[in-house]
Amino acid sequence: MVNTLKHQWLSNVRGDLLAGVVVALALIPEAIAFSIIAGVDPKVGLYASFCIAVIIAFVGGRPGMISAATGAMALLMVTLVKEHGLEYLMAATLLTGLIQLVAGYLKLGSLMRFVSRSVVTGFVNALAILIFMAQLPELTNVTWHVYALTAAGLGIIYLFPYIPKLGKVLPSPLVCIVGLTVVAFLFDIDVRTVGDMGDLPDTLPIFLWPDVPLNLETLMIILPYAIPLAAVGLLESMMTATIVDDLTDTESDRNRECKGQGIANIGSGLLGGMAGCAMIGQSIINIKSGGRGRLSTLFAGVFLMVLILVLDDFLVRIPMAALVAVMIMVSIGTFSWESIRNLKTHPLSSNIVMLVTVVVVVFTHNLALGVFAGVLLAALFFANKIGHYMGVDSALNEAEGTRTYTVTGQVFFSSSEKFVAAFDFREVVDKVVVDVSRAHFWDITAVAALDKVVIKFRREGAEVEVIGMNEASATIVDRFGVHDKPEGVDQLIGH
Amino acid sequence: MQNTTPNAKHSSQQTSQEMQQNAPQDTLHVVACIDGSRAAPAVCDYAAWASKYMDSPLTLLHVLDEERYPSEPDLAGNIGLGSREHLLDELAELDRKRSKLALEHGNHMLENAEQRVKQAGISDIKKRQRHGDLTESLLALQEQTRLLVMGLYGESSSDRDLRIGSQLETVIRSMSRPILLVPDNFSAPQSSMLAFDGSVTAFRGVEHLAASQVLKGMPLHLVMVGEESPEAMAQLRKAEAMLAPLEAEITLAIRSGEVEPVLHRYQDEHNIDLLVMGAYGHSKIRRFLLGSTTTNMLKTAKKPLVILR
Repeated sequence: MVNTLKHQWLSNVRGDLLAGVVVALALIPEAIAFSIIAGVDPKVGLYASFCIAVIIAFVGGRPGMISAATGAMALLMVTLVKEHGLEYLMAATLLTGLIQLVAGYLKLGSLMRFVSRSVVTGFVNALAILIFMAQLPELTNVTWHVYALTAAGLGIIYLFPYIPKLGKVLPSPLVCIVGLTVVAFLFDIDVRTVGDMGDLPDTLPIFLWPDVPLNLETLMIILPYAIPLAAVGLLESMMTATIVDDLTDTESDRNRECKGQGIANIGSGLLGGMAGCAMIGQSIINIKSGGRGRLSTLFAGVFLMVLILVLDDFLVRIPMAALVAVMIMVSIGTFSWESIRNLKTHPLSSNIVMLVTVVVVVFTHNLALGVFAGVLLAALFFANKIGHYMGVDSALNEAEGTRTYTVTGQVFFSSSEKFVAAFDFREVVDKVVVDVSRAHFWDITAVAALDKVVIKFRREGAEVEVIGMNEASATIVDRFGVHDKPEGVDQLIGH
Repeated sequence: MQNTTPNAKHSSQQTSQEMQQNAPQDTLHVVACIDGSRAAPAVCDYAAWASKYMDSPLTLLHVLDEERYPSEPDLAGNIGLGSREHLLDELAELDRKRSKLALEHGNHMLENAEQRVKQAGISDIKKRQRHGDLTESLLALQEQTRLLVMGLYGESSSDRDLRIGSQLETVIRSMSRPILLVPDNFSAPQSSMLAFDGSVTAFRGVEHLAASQVLKGMPLHLVMVGEESPEAMAQLRKAEAMLAPLEAEITLAIRSGEVEPVLHRYQDEHNIDLLVMGAYGHSKIRRFLLGSTTTNMLKTAKKPLVILR
């Protein structure tokens, strides 16, 4: 274990340190921008980013993934802050962490297997759209200077890397922020700056127990916020972990990551921060910059705090337009442009799942609801498709006046109507044989449908015999007891 | 089997060992870890010797333990249209190129090793290559392993005075098969020595040695470091009795002094080629605080060692 620890921390020191610096620059705009949206001082978001990044570096289950204060979480806190204030936000953050910790111990990370790829794509796109929409208030009712600065910022971010040598060494978001700040200062352009947005941190975070009464009333206030916060935090973290897994060709420990997110949020709540989670855009930046180990996450957090404490005079002068430009970049980089191209080739049901996920998120500003809708829809589509795998053949033995129906495939709620409709009740025969030994009866609906068929035939005066009912109904099991025994599955499928 | 195990956990380990013993011997291989280090030729020679000595087939294993980090950092720090997809393609392509090179390199090493082993007169040879962590790969092959042969000094350990093969300790801690650690030069072992201190761990080591039969028939010196006393002698006698299945000539000795120098001196005096030892009886924490006899022995070893776990 010591060996893997060493590997996770020290195997890529140079790459991790450099990537940490680059990532810290992308963390600051998100922390500041979404603190403002949540209705709190930028210092709350910045403290949160510092605490979460530092804690998750030690307790997370996915080395190389960046967690901090995120937009997805901030959007869920708006009304809580507005109606109850900052102290309740801290309390909700604590509770969020607690819920996530419990989820980790209950191994809910494995529930991610129900989230299909279309839902993940929808989630990622919705997140990108939310991040972009969150920048719009900074771009409405402002002078042309802001548009000019934002456009210049985006220009720097995307064009600077093409400059030979220098472009690959200096992070372009840094050039954008420094460049725009200097220009705004030199020409004395009157635009909104970070300093106008509220307090920035002036000390290291200190331990603060949220000043709320510890009673049921408080719990009832914060619980409705903590549950979606916990869900969104875990969902975004798990999806980011999947993306980092793919990029680095390594595995992550999902349940450990759940617990880690919980611990990080508890830490953030106790140190005056808001809830956060893993960040897709910043994690991609980290991997792209060469960060792979835990050190890069830790260093991103530490460097962020150092920057803020040392450069606070500079920080207050940064025009918001520069941060907007960086966030637009994060939004563009998070969005899966491939998914637009894939709309043409992917099956309609996948596209609908993806789009529904996006639409629900954009309207509710709650990523958890979007994922819930997407997963539900995907499950329905799946049930519908599997329902097609059911067929009834029949053969008439005229000499004996016997008709034999052979049922094959999956009989369950989605296919039971089709099952009943496949029988010809008007035909006059002496005896009906229903061979269900090659069918799977998955639920009570299926069994009820079979009962209905038998009773109908009896009413028509035919004698009914059901063959193989025992094997078929043996498949009405809530849990396969045979998943680890291949011969058991064969038995179930092959009878 | 004598019951010196203090609790049930160990007795279950014992049962699994008995089961392994009952497995047909011909399916168990001598596994030699081949890498690009100086020790590789000696590993081949020792593996060939062990394969002949124990009449077991030989597996030559090379593990592609490649590090997957970008060589030149791109610190532009921006992400744009389709960054994620591009990044995946880019990283996959990079890994592909590296893996391919490493694969060819590994193939080449294995072929050289095969040549050398063939010249030593071994015909039943298997060559295997695996991706991933060395320890994980060895654990995956553990079921078919009778004896593992590794160099004391690995590929990435250049300064032999300072460190033992970088991954050796992890391998030793995780494997439950005997491991033969060899220096850079080969000489066919004629006699062996087992350091013994009368502890429960030591008796377990004796038990393992008797059960593994790796050194069947080779003269063995059972050496205890400490004051000579009737109890010590009695413990040695008991151990001797337990080693009866090896059908070897066993010499008993008790010497006083510091553990390592005494053992090394005894080894020199009697010209002993193989040192048998149990390894890492203590937790990593304790080792961190107090240092480990095993690691010290590995660092100072000039002759091959057999490690029993």
